[in-house]
Amino acid sequence: MSKVDLSVNIGPLKLRNPVMLASGTVGYGNEISVFSDLNKLGGIVTKSLSLKPRKGNPPQRIVETPAGMLNAIGLANVGVEEFINEKIPFLKKYDVPLICNIAASTIEEYVECTKILTREEKIKAFEINVSCPNVKEGGLQFGNNVKAVGKVTEKVRAATDKPLIIKLSPNVSYIAEFAEVVKKEGGDAVSAINTLVGTAFNIFTKKPKIYNVNAGLSGPAIKPVALAKVLEISKTVDIPIIGIGGIMNWKDVIEFMIAGASAIQIGTLNFIDPAASERIVKEIEDFCIQTEVEKISELTASYVIDK
Amino acid sequence: MFIVNSRIVEKQEPQSKIYLLKIHSPEIASIIQPGQFLNIHVSDDSYPLLRRPFSVCDVEGENIYIMFNILGEGTKILARKNAGDSLDILGPLGVGFNLDDDYETAVIVAGGLGAAPFPYVTRLMKDNKKILTFIGGKTEFDVITYGLLNYKTASDNGSVEFKGTVVDLLKTQLQQLRNEKIKIFGCGPTAMLRSLKQFCIENEFNCEVSTECAMACGFGICQGCPIESIRNQEKYLLVCKDGPVFNIRDVVL
Repeated sequence: MSKVDLSVNIGPLKLRNPVMLASGTVGYGNEISVFSDLNKLGGIVTKSLSLKPRKGNPPQRIVETPAGMLNAIGLANVGVEEFINEKIPFLKKYDVPLICNIAASTIEEYVECTKILTREEKIKAFEINVSCPNVKEGGLQFGNNVKAVGKVTEKVRAATDKPLIIKLSPNVSYIAEFAEVVKKEGGDAVSAINTLVGTAFNIFTKKPKIYNVNAGLSGPAIKPVALAKVLEISKTVDIPIIGIGGIMNWKDVIEFMIAGASAIQIGTLNFIDPAASERIVKEIEDFCIQTEVEKISELTASYVIDK
Repeated sequence: MFIVNSRIVEKQEPQSKIYLLKIHSPEIASIIQPGQFLNIHVSDDSYPLLRRPFSVCDVEGENIYIMFNILGEGTKILARKNAGDSLDILGPLGVGFNLDDDYETAVIVAGGLGAAPFPYVTRLMKDNKKILTFIGGKTEFDVITYGLLNYKTASDNGSVEFKGTVVDLLKTQLQQLRNEKIKIFGCGPTAMLRSLKQFCIENEFNCEVSTECAMACGFGICQGCPIESIRNQEKYLLVCKDGPVFNIRDVVL
C-alpha cells in the first residue's frame, strides 16, 4: 500500500494515478513498454484511430523548434479493424486503462468508429480528437467551431456508455465555451490542450520545413499556454480536465493539477525519455509525502489566486 | 534497446571539422550491429529538446564510436564535449546492414559523412571478404577516409583522385565490378543514393543503403520519419524502425 492515495476520477473513469500517456506519443503501447511498466501508469491513450487506415503526410513531418517541436504526422494509423485484431491483444496483457483516441472526417465516421470500438471490453474510455491541426478534413474544422464540437459530442455520446473525453484545441479565443458545450452535450471530461498551430521556413530555399506547411507545436514551449487554458476551463466550467502540454517532469504534473487538472498526459517527453512516466509517478508520490498531501486529488484546482 | 549514461573516453578530430567520440558503453557495444544507430540527448535541459541520431561508426571491445560534423545546435554542443563527460544514449536502434549475404566482394560507397557507418562494416568484413571502397565529397575536406581500407576518392572540385561524384567514380570501375560477386553498401546524401540506385538497377547489383530522415523518438512511436515503400504504397515504412538500412530496391529515394 502506498502511503498516499494517488487515485483520481475523470468523471466515471477511475485511474490508479493521474499520469497518462498522450495520444500520438505511445503508438499502441508496445514500443514504450520496453522502457516503462505500463501497469504503473494511470492510463494510456492510443494514437488517433480512424475508420480506415491512414497513410499520413509525406516527409518532412517533424522539425525541432526552441524548447519544442512541430509535427505534422497527418494521423497515420492502422485503422479500427487492424487495431482490434493486431494491437488490442498486446494491450490486454496489461492492467492499465486503455483510452481510445478517435479522429474522423465526418460526424458519421466518429460515430461509426465509436460504435465498433465500444464493444471491446479492454477499452475503458474514448478521447475524441476534434483538434488535429494536420489534416485537411476533420480535426480543426470541428475543433474551431463550438456548434460542431457540440454536435460531435452529442452524437458520440449516443453511441457509447463508456466515459467520453473531448480533446480540445488551444487554437481558439475562448476555450471555456468549448468545455461548456461538451458538458452540456453529455461529455464526461475534456483534455486540454492539443498542439498549437505553427510553421517554420528554411531561409535559404524559402520553403516550409514541414511538407504539410502547418504543423502542431508541442513540448515545454507550450506549457504556459496549456496551463492558462486549463485554468480558464477550471474557473468557468464544472467538468474534469486532463491537462496536457509540455510536461517534462513531476513538478509540471503538480502545476497542472493546481491549475485545475484532475489528471495529466505526458506527450513529447515520451520521445525523449520513454522511461520518464513511470519515474514521474514515483516522484509525485514523494512530493505528496513531503508536503503531507493524503489524496493527490486534493491538488486539483487548489490554486491560490488573490484577486 | 536501452537508455544508458555512457562516458566519453576519447575525442578525436581525424580530419578538419570531423569529430569522433569514443564512448565506453559495454551494454550497447556487445549487441549493436553495423548500420544501427544511437539517439543521443546532448544537453540536460530543453534546448535542444530532442535526441540526435548517429550511426554507430565503429565498435572496439566495450567502446562504441560516433562520427559527426557540426550541423546545428545539437552537434555544436556535442563537439564541445570531452573525455570524461557522459552522454545519455538510447540504442541500439533500427535495422542495420546484412553482411552475411552471398557475395565475395563488399563494395562500400560513401558520400560525405555517409562514411560514418563504414569503419565498423570494414572491421567486421576485412578478414573474410574483399573490400573495395569509394568515397566522395564536395571537396577534399568532405572526403572522409577514417577507418576505411582499399579506397578510391572523388570530389566535385577534382581536388582528389577523381573529379566528379562518387557514383561517377564507381562507373569507371564497372568492368571490375561485373567480374566479381559483389554487394554494394551505400550511405550519403539523397541525390547520391538516387544515382546509386539507378546504377544498381541498370547493372543488376545487389545493394543496401542507409537512409536518413528527421525524427524525434528513433524507435517508432512518433511516426516522424516516413519513407515510401515500393512494395506497399498504402503504408509508409519508418526510417527509424524498418530502416535506416534498406535494400535499395525496396524504397523510394
